[in-house]
Amino acid sequence: MAANRFNAFQTHGVGIGLRIPHYDHIFSHKPAVDWFEIISENYMVDGGRPLRMLDRIMDQYKVVQHGVSMYFGSSQAPDREHLRRLKTLVRRTRTPWLSDHLCWGSIDGTYSHDLLPLPYTWEAVEKTAARIRLVQDFLEIPVAVENVSSYAAFTDSQMTEWEFLNEVVERADCGILLDVNNIYVSSVNHDFDPIDYVNAIPAERVAQIHIAGHTRYEKYILDTHDHPVIEPVWQLYARAIERCGPTPTLLEWDDLIPTFDEVWAEARKAERYLKPLETPAEHQLLAGVAL
Amino acid sequence: MIQPMNLEQLQRTMAAAVMLPLTADELMQPTNSAGRPMTEVAAEFIQPNSRLTAFDRLEIYNRQYWFRLQSAFTEDFPALRAVVDPARFESLMNAYLAAHPSRSFTLRNLGSSLHAWLTANPRFAGPRFALAIDVTQVEWACVEAFDNAELTPLSLAAVAALGADSQLGLQPHVQLLALSYPADDFVLQMHQRQKRESSEAGTRTGDSAIHAVKRLRLSKKATWLAIHRADDSLYYKPLTRPEYQTLAALRSGTTLPEALQAGFAGLRIAAPRQVALVQQWFTNWAELGWLCTPLPEPFAS
Ligand SMILES: [Fe+2]
Repeated sequence: MAANRFNAFQTHGVGIGLRIPHYDHIFSHKPAVDWFEIISENYMVDGGRPLRMLDRIMDQYKVVQHGVSMYFGSSQAPDREHLRRLKTLVRRTRTPWLSDHLCWGSIDGTYSHDLLPLPYTWEAVEKTAARIRLVQDFLEIPVAVENVSSYAAFTDSQMTEWEFLNEVVERADCGILLDVNNIYVSSVNHDFDPIDYVNAIPAERVAQIHIAGHTRYEKYILDTHDHPVIEPVWQLYARAIERCGPTPTLLEWDDLIPTFDEVWAEARKAERYLKPLETPAEHQLLAGVAL
Repeated sequence: MIQPMNLEQLQRTMAAAVMLPLTADELMQPTNSAGRPMTEVAAEFIQPNSRLTAFDRLEIYNRQYWFRLQSAFTEDFPALRAVVDPARFESLMNAYLAAHPSRSFTLRNLGSSLHAWLTANPRFAGPRFALAIDVTQVEWACVEAFDNAELTPLSLAAVAALGADSQLGLQPHVQLLALSYPADDFVLQMHQRQKRESSEAGTRTGDSAIHAVKRLRLSKKATWLAIHRADDSLYYKPLTRPEYQTLAALRSGTTLPEALQAGFAGLRIAAPRQVALVQQWFTNWAELGWLCTPLPEPFAS
């Protein structure tokens, strides 16, 4: 696996997002999942079942934290209570690295609970990078930022999304959680070639990769995480692995959640790109999708 | 020529648009609260593409914002939805969320101001206002009891060893309620039904629940209860009035003697009976692990 300083030199393989409907199956069947990604906010509580379940999972599995409300791109200072709770959880899980999104979502203390897109401006580059540094210093573990799906572009933008991402991670000296589904969704919504994006990212900074499904409407695609991964997204994944080397990979499935076995089977499809190719059939399969 | 907005101005402008209440058809409103056309507002900072106007693109976020909040809120208050009826619940929810957008990084706290807001805005609850208020309190107490802290409990011996001026803490997960209806059974039923239905198919309280509520005839009856957590499950424990008053006083930070005085205030209970009751309560509370040392400031609620 592409172990680097942005994933604390870990060699996590394929994992899935930990979801409550799967608890029973996990505890009774102990499936051989390499690791689980947890949504930090679900466990930033003071007690009760969420933490008890988390402790049981941690007894048997590696866990990595993924947040949805740090809002690295928010123009104002992060909420101190949020940071304090996040650090408490980091100490509990001993997550080797932690990720959240390259987006904003709160202003003047009011939260949208959405991953809102940023204008790709130099001001946003500076502010976002400063905030990532602050969070990374406070948490004392490597932080990876994830590219989001977006449905709107700003008149003020001065660069492409991947140029923006690159500028931010360079200045913050942080890792990237590369979501290849989000790249695909945004490429359709904003009419760019997704392979240009994958080709432009600094491969040495990629700490982790996300794969997921989405919903296509007539005029745009919505990032719903309620379907299997589509073939063009696997193709982007193949290219990302080609560039970054085998990288910790995580399937997200958040809505209309099927059985554990179905989610796990979908995630394991990633293994065909991660493992060294052994049979001619495998070579042929990959040749058909590699770009 | 429009001056470009800085990041903070842009985020404030976009947040106001995203949080603008939807139309009855769940679309973005044509004008904002200042009467300005949203096509104009959107075009000021959002780039259209060949398929979507700036308005269309902003509307995706506007709808997403409301759908996410509505779904979290509905999940937390299924019994309130059943009591006020689904149509009225929609307008109650939208008015509440417009008045109290989320001020926390977690949606868990979305309903924290609902009791106070509904008390001040009774028209949204309709004819069963008093019951709606009770149900709101019970459902919010469930949210708090589910994941509030459980501190190291004090044993009965440790409580007995405390001096007269000592303060006792109550576990943060213990929620005390004084209701005008015995609404607890009904809320419990609704929550069990929601659990069953969400594990089967949808996530909303179904039609059968709504019909069951229409037939529900609850008579007013002063009710005191605690909702608390044990082994990660929620329990409803009926309390007597003096027991409730004593616990409420302890929670507010009084000393033990003051709490007992408050507990029996307004009640004619003979002294020997009071002693027996107090002994019984404390034995019970200590067994339940409800008593602890008072909380440090950041935890105090
Ligand atoms: Fe993702």
